[in-house]
Amino acid sequence: MSCVDVEGLSPGSLRIHRLAALASPLRWWALLAVAFGVVPLLGTDYWFSAILVPFLVLSLAGLGLNLLTGYAGQLSVGSSAFMAVGAFASYNFLLRVPGMPLLVSLVLGGLSAALLGVLFGLPSLRIKGFYLVVSTLAAQFFVQWALTRISWLSNDNSSGVISAPRLFVMGIDLSSPAGRYFLSLGVVVILTVLARNLVNSATGRSWMAVRDMDTAAAVMGIRILRSKLLAFAISSFYCGVAGALWAFAYLGTVEPHGFDLDRSFQILFIIIIGGLGSVAGSFFGAAFIVLLPILLDNVATTFFAGVVDPGHLQNAQKILFGSSIILFLVKEPEGLARLFRDFRQRVVG
Amino acid sequence: MKRWVRRLEIIALASQLGFCASCNAARTHNEQASPARSAAPATPAVLINAPEQYFPLQSYRVGPYAAGGTGFFGGTIDYFNLVNLRDGGVGGVKLTWSECETEYVVERGVECYERLKKGLNGAPAAATNPLSVGIAYATLDRSTVDKIPLITINHGRTDSTDGRIFPYVFPLQLNPYSEVSAIVNYVAQKEGGLDKLAGKKIVTLYHGSPYGKETRPVLDLLAKKYAFEIKHIEVPHPGNEQQSQWLEIKRWQPAWVILRGWGVMNPVAIKTAAKTGFPVDHLIGNIWSNSEEDVRPAGAVGKGFISITTHPSGANFPVVQEIKKYVVDAGKGNLEDVKRFGSVYYNLGVINGILNVEAVRIAQAKYGKKPLTGEQTRWGFENLNIDDARLKELGALGLLQRIKLSCDDHEGGGRIRFQQWDGDKWVLISDWVEADRALLRPIIEASAAKYAQEKNIKPRDCASEVPL
Repeated sequence: MSCVDVEGLSPGSLRIHRLAALASPLRWWALLAVAFGVVPLLGTDYWFSAILVPFLVLSLAGLGLNLLTGYAGQLSVGSSAFMAVGAFASYNFLLRVPGMPLLVSLVLGGLSAALLGVLFGLPSLRIKGFYLVVSTLAAQFFVQWALTRISWLSNDNSSGVISAPRLFVMGIDLSSPAGRYFLSLGVVVILTVLARNLVNSATGRSWMAVRDMDTAAAVMGIRILRSKLLAFAISSFYCGVAGALWAFAYLGTVEPHGFDLDRSFQILFIIIIGGLGSVAGSFFGAAFIVLLPILLDNVATTFFAGVVDPGHLQNAQKILFGSSIILFLVKEPEGLARLFRDFRQRVVG
Repeated sequence: MKRWVRRLEIIALASQLGFCASCNAARTHNEQASPARSAAPATPAVLINAPEQYFPLQSYRVGPYAAGGTGFFGGTIDYFNLVNLRDGGVGGVKLTWSECETEYVVERGVECYERLKKGLNGAPAAATNPLSVGIAYATLDRSTVDKIPLITINHGRTDSTDGRIFPYVFPLQLNPYSEVSAIVNYVAQKEGGLDKLAGKKIVTLYHGSPYGKETRPVLDLLAKKYAFEIKHIEVPHPGNEQQSQWLEIKRWQPAWVILRGWGVMNPVAIKTAAKTGFPVDHLIGNIWSNSEEDVRPAGAVGKGFISITTHPSGANFPVVQEIKKYVVDAGKGNLEDVKRFGSVYYNLGVINGILNVEAVRIAQAKYGKKPLTGEQTRWGFENLNIDDARLKELGALGLLQRIKLSCDDHEGGGRIRFQQWDGDKWVLISDWVEADRALLRPIIEASAAKYAQEKNIKPRDCASEVPL
């Protein structure tokens, strides 16, 4: 902070500052151009359907949880329950409402998740911290139970698995791997921009005030009830849309147990490793969780296949992955986003 | 400050995508350069030139289901090795394969599918064998689009038996409906006839997964038809705690319990049954509750436990002996623990290997002795016809059942035998018991038709398919 203030005093650095301000939106556009223009040219089917889509979807889920936990300070291990609600609700809207457009069903799926989020967010008005974790755990178990029990929700499929509808957006068939990527990317970009604006708005500031000290926030006139429930609603909306994308754009099929507690923890780890209270951190964390195991596996199979027993090779990868998480967290408890920020400040100045 | 943060975040995002793109090039390169996995006998330089048929193996060697994965994939790989070492491949085309660890997790399985589907060093992929219902469901549509047969031996999505709507999916030998139908027929035999089932109480204790749930409707149907009472009790994955389920069973006092377990759930079920006083010789393990690894950890109380099998365990079959001679004794066996040679999972892997290789052989008769595409091997699977004479040639008589597939029947077998644990090994206690496939067919067709409607699939006309 002080660095920026001092810079502001000298005319030379002021110019740099202005340039940076100009460059900032430019970078946004450059990034979008890369994501929409360059990546599709370089990417293969494997990259789209096995790496980029799950990365984008988990980033979105991470972003959702980050809004709740990182910005509003409410702990939750129910993210994958909200993902499940989003997936199954979107599926049912598409199945049962004739002519329902895909994007509308995604929004409706998100809204259904938001509704449930508000319901399970109610206890947050009375309880905090680990006790709230237990209450969100209830959401996790309740949703899985309900989806398993009520077979109508999975169109009476005997094994409780829903299969993705055909992916059409405004008459364009998006069922190819690149199409699925564009669908996910489009949704993620829109929601990320919204999230950025949201956390910089009065709502975001009130969330952070609640997070840092809710009594003080209440004294300042922030409505705690509204802030907390809004955080739950918006976070669950993001998770719900992510869940629908996970089912439709990524796996193409999903069962209730695909959204189990492990997935909730995975999303929690994404934001812890990526950086709490940081939009970019969600993307960093998802990249770490999705890409690193695949990278390790590829390196291992390329160099050690046939030499080392495949089972031992797998266990070695797990050890390496776990140790790297510990290493990163010891080195930088505030996550990869902070690590990157420090790195950049050192390089760029 | 805020602006700085924003800039950094943008750069962060950009760098991630840049990182992905550069990895992409590296990955493709690595994939092409990577040597064949496991005990492939030739060097990579030779591999590129020789014609080869590739099998992508989405295996699992760690995690709660590692016992199933290592046994099954060990058996399949050993059989592939036998075909290479003894016969020089199929019709002169050597078999090659590589493994990708799924841990039985759906998204890892999908990643593996996408990674391996393109073949290896130019050798095209013949078929995928994920040995996981979840992964099979998730790669079902992909397999159809990519035209690579998806083999789900003894498991899978039941309605994929209808090959008119699922042209690329093969629940070989025994689909889940046939499995429970045959079990009910066996129970009827024990009770003295199908008419004696009336009023009997039967419980299915099932694994809380798509696999476990799959048979609920057909059991309800059979219960209605034969007037027995059925109660479905779910055990949540992974199933290492079943106290409440078994107390419920104790209260209800059923005559039989059908165990549709998987992995650690099985020994826990046997132990808890014994603890709550349920006789284990009235507990019938299904096709994934039938291995040595399922009952041995239960200890002494496992004695008397009954299970079904499509293939006996044991190493006395000629084909298994040949594997021992050519592969295992040559130090190329895939099993880490040699004591598991000839076990249930291992032998299942062997017969899965046989069925895959036979499909390639049959397809070669039509398309020529060269590496075949998935579309061509699909024709081979669809025209699989292994009779007793062929089984004898294969050295698998008594190990594998007669099997005949067709365009509209992708299952082809539907017979099981029952075995009982004597405390040390499985002993066969019944002849082949048939499933009531005629009764099941209409439900399978109805379910497949519903899927076709949901997905807007036009069923194939099997009359226009060219037979062998």
